[in-house]
This record gives sequence, C-alpha cells and structure tokens, in this order.
Amino acid sequence: MSVHDEGPLLKVMGVTKYFGSRVGCRDVSFDLWPGEVLGIVGESGSGKTTLLSSLSGYLEPSTGTVKYWMGQEGLVDVGRLSDPQRRYLMRTEWGMVRQNPREGLRMRVSAGANVGERLMALGARHYGKIRSEVFKWLDRVEIDLGRVDDSPETFSGGMLQRLQIARNLVTKPRLVLMDEPTGGLDVSVQARLLDLMRSLVSELGLSLIIVTHDLAVVRLLAHRLLVMRNGEVVESGLTDQVLDDPHHAYTQLLVSSVIQP
Amino acid sequence: MIVIDSLRKSFFLHLQGGVTLSVLKKISLEVKAGECLALCGPSGSGKSTLVRLLYANYKARDGKILVRHQGQWVDMVKAELRKVLEIRKLTIGYVSQFLRVIPRIPALDVVMEPLQREGIAAHNARRHAEDMLTRLNIPQRLWGISPTTFSGGEQQRINIARSFIKPYPILLLDEPTAALDATNRRVVVELIQDAKERGAAIVGVFHDEEVRDAVSTCIFEMTFDGGQA
Ligand SMILES: Nc1ncnc2c1ncn2[C@@H]1O[C@H](COP(=O)(O)OP(=O)(O)OP(=O)(O)O)[C@@H](O)[C@H]1O
Ligand SMILES: [Mg+2]
Repeated sequence: MSVHDEGPLLKVMGVTKYFGSRVGCRDVSFDLWPGEVLGIVGESGSGKTTLLSSLSGYLEPSTGTVKYWMGQEGLVDVGRLSDPQRRYLMRTEWGMVRQNPREGLRMRVSAGANVGERLMALGARHYGKIRSEVFKWLDRVEIDLGRVDDSPETFSGGMLQRLQIARNLVTKPRLVLMDEPTGGLDVSVQARLLDLMRSLVSELGLSLIIVTHDLAVVRLLAHRLLVMRNGEVVESGLTDQVLDDPHHAYTQLLVSSVIQP
Repeated sequence: MIVIDSLRKSFFLHLQGGVTLSVLKKISLEVKAGECLALCGPSGSGKSTLVRLLYANYKARDGKILVRHQGQWVDMVKAELRKVLEIRKLTIGYVSQFLRVIPRIPALDVVMEPLQREGIAAHNARRHAEDMLTRLNIPQRLWGISPTTFSGGEQQRINIARSFIKPYPILLLDEPTAALDATNRRVVVELIQDAKERGAAIVGVFHDEEVRDAVSTCIFEMTFDGGQA
C-alpha cells in the first residue's frame, strides 16, 4: 500500500439516490483525504444512511459518481468496477461498521472467527499467525481474550460493536464507513469506542466517514462536517466552525437543541 | 505575523425571528513577532469573537485575516479547510475557555498530543508534557486521569499546557487566567513572557489588569457598536 497524500482518497461528485420518486439523498459532493475524518449529521430520515450505502456501492446511485484512489490506477469510478472487484475492495481496503452490529457480524460463528475470516478471505492460511492477529485485535478493542471462542450471541451491545470494529480493521483498511457506531450504547462504552477510533485513525492513518446524530461525537472525532436535511447537504465546513458558528437555520436548530455539544 | 484588514462579522439568528447581530465592523490591526496585543472593551464588544475569527472557528463575513504560515501569508477567511487545519497544527495555538477532550484519555496524553501529531517520539513528548504539568502545578496524581472530572482551574491549566508545549509562532489566548489562583497566574505570565521572547505573536483577552499590564505590548480597544476606538 503506497502512501498517498497528494490527493483525495475518495471523490464524491453529485451523488443522488431516488427511491421511486422519493429522494434518498440529493447532489452530495465532497472530497475525503487520507487521514481525514468526515462527520455527517442530521435528523433521522435525512438521508445519511442512504448516502453511506451509495458510497459503498451497496446501493447504486441514481446519478453522480464516487471515485476512489487505487494506487497506480489513480482515481477509479467505483460504479464501474465489476462485482468481484468491488467485493474485493470491500474486503480489503474498505470497512463498513453498521449501526446494528448483528448485520455486520456473522452471529453463528465464534468471535475469533469473525475477525479471522477477513484475513483468510485475503489469503492468510497460517493458523498460528491468524490466531495471533485475532488476539491482537480483540485485545485492541478490549474484548477479554478468554471469550475468543464464544459465540457473539453471548456478547453485550458494546462488545458486539467493538467486535465489529475489530472485524473491519484487522485487514488495515484505508477507508472506513461507520453508521451510528455509538448509537444505543451507554455513555462509558461510547467513550471507550471514541478513544479507540481516535487512536486507530491516528495510528493507521485511515480515513473515516462517520454518520451520527450525536454532535458531541463529531466534535471530538471529525475534522469536517456535513449537515444533512431532507437528503441534501445544507451546511458543511470544519466541525468546530459549523457547530460554533452555524449559518443555516436547520444547523442553528440542531446546535441549539443540545446542551453544549 | 498577523494582519487584519477591514474585518466584519455579524450573526444572523434564524431562530430568534431572523435578527442580525453586527458584532465587528471594519476591524483592522497588525501584530508583529514578539508582540502581545491585548483586546480590551466591555463585555459583549466582540473580543472573543475576534479571537475565534483568527482561529477560523468563526467564519468572517468579509475582510482579510492574514497570518504568516511557513514563510507565507495566508488569508484565514479564504483558505481551504485543509489549509486551516494545517495552520492550526503548525502555526496557531489557541487557549479557549473550554477544554473539550475525549473521556478516558489521561491528562498527560492530552497535553503531549500536539507534539505527537507532529511525529515527535513519544518519550520526548512525554517528558515535555511532564515538565509543563509540573510547571503549572498539576499534581502528579492527576496526570494519569482524564481531565473531564478536573476542576475549572485544572482544566484551564491543561488547556494552557497543551498550547504552550509547542513553540507556536502565533498564540491566541482568551482569558487564560480567568480561573487561576495568584501562583498559577504568575506561571502563565512567565509562559507568555517566554513566548514573546522567542518571537511569538500573541493576541489575548486578559480580564485581570495585573496580567494584562505585565504581558501586553499594545492595547486594542473595542467598542460596543462593533468598531474600534
Ligand atoms: N456563535 C454566536 N452566535 C450568535 N451570537 C454570538 C455568537 N458568538 C458571539 N455572539 C455575540 O456577539 C457579541 C460579542 O460576543 P463576544 O463573546 O465576542 O464578547 P466579548 O467581548 O468576548 O465579551 P466578554 O467580555 O463577556 O467575554 C455578543 O453579543 C454575543 O452574544
Ligand atoms: Mg469573551
């Protein structure tokens, strides 16, 4: 993996997604550079998840393009990749942390297998090496190593979310998309996750897009922020700028509805 | 190091029936290396607003805010967001009134972060952070604890430690001594003097007159109607 810091890792241009006549998201554009964290906030139903799914190729945008930097091939149109190419990209360079960890994990195999699988999909075969990598990541996300062979069914919500993060990061992706990763977790668990994500971003130099309705989370993690409403980006800028000096009526409402974001 | 030209700032408050607050009108000023400009004026005259504009925490309506960054003048009003982030990392340190940190991260790590972000080895960064915390009288038993539960004055000193640990060419200080006792106020005055001596350009709001008299090299009076006196 070559370090790439002369240009954006991801270029999103005019991405629009309709569901029939209903707008999922409209005309969203931004660049994401290596090592950058982009937050996306907005009320529920504002199109945040639709946008994420359209970026990852899980949904096909109605119009617009998503380009991703693929080393010597340059910026490649993600929509033009073949299915196997896209799946390979998803398994190697991209990670997707879902709001509901049960959707991002395989609940029928052990915790350790959930993490090891992604390595095996990349061709790792040496059992001992896989196992030690799995232990390293479980430890990193603070899951008791004694639970490695347990089924995720026996895990709490916070543990499931951390397991999902380990499963995604074990292959050292360059781009991670997260949908409400701290939703439904209690405050102390949230703090742990934030701490974890912050250190991973700085250690691995990964780029992160994080969708959340929690302004405190983006304040602490995101360099830049998009505010979405009814499928459109109504305001964007540096996170602290948008939160401290909001211009759009909707952003002012969002900010004023919470106590000191 | 800093040149502000005809800067204006107003706030449009959608939620209060669309009121426009015009806070700064045509502000112009200049700060050179080694100078400390103290912003003075009544409460609400826009001192913090001006400091925040310099950090690009607030967006200016029009005018120019030029800062010297890596040998070049950059206009903070027009700079790309990535440029602003780079300037904050390398050139401008800002002591705000709030400390915002991720819970669970120990005070020592919070303080050494600006050095680590620059790639300075952890053991060196840690040593500097320890010196800084010692100088600011933060008891050692607090170093390993997250500042989220610290007292107001302790949090303020963590903010100060974080901003003075690195020799930023420009420092912005918004009431850095507001919550401090006399001993710690003196430490902060010393830190500011040291920064001036090494050539930092400083813009600050100092409520405490003694502190202001001790550190400022010039005064900028701000008036209520958004102008400068
Ligand atoms: N984000 C904001 N949105 C709306 N109005 C703001 C905002 N920030 C500041 N103001 C307004 O701008 C004016 C100047 O405020 P500012 O905080 O700059 O004053 P100050 O001179 O620092 O006062 P003090 O001495 O009390 O700290 C005030 O009327 C304030 O309400
Ligand atoms: Mg003020």
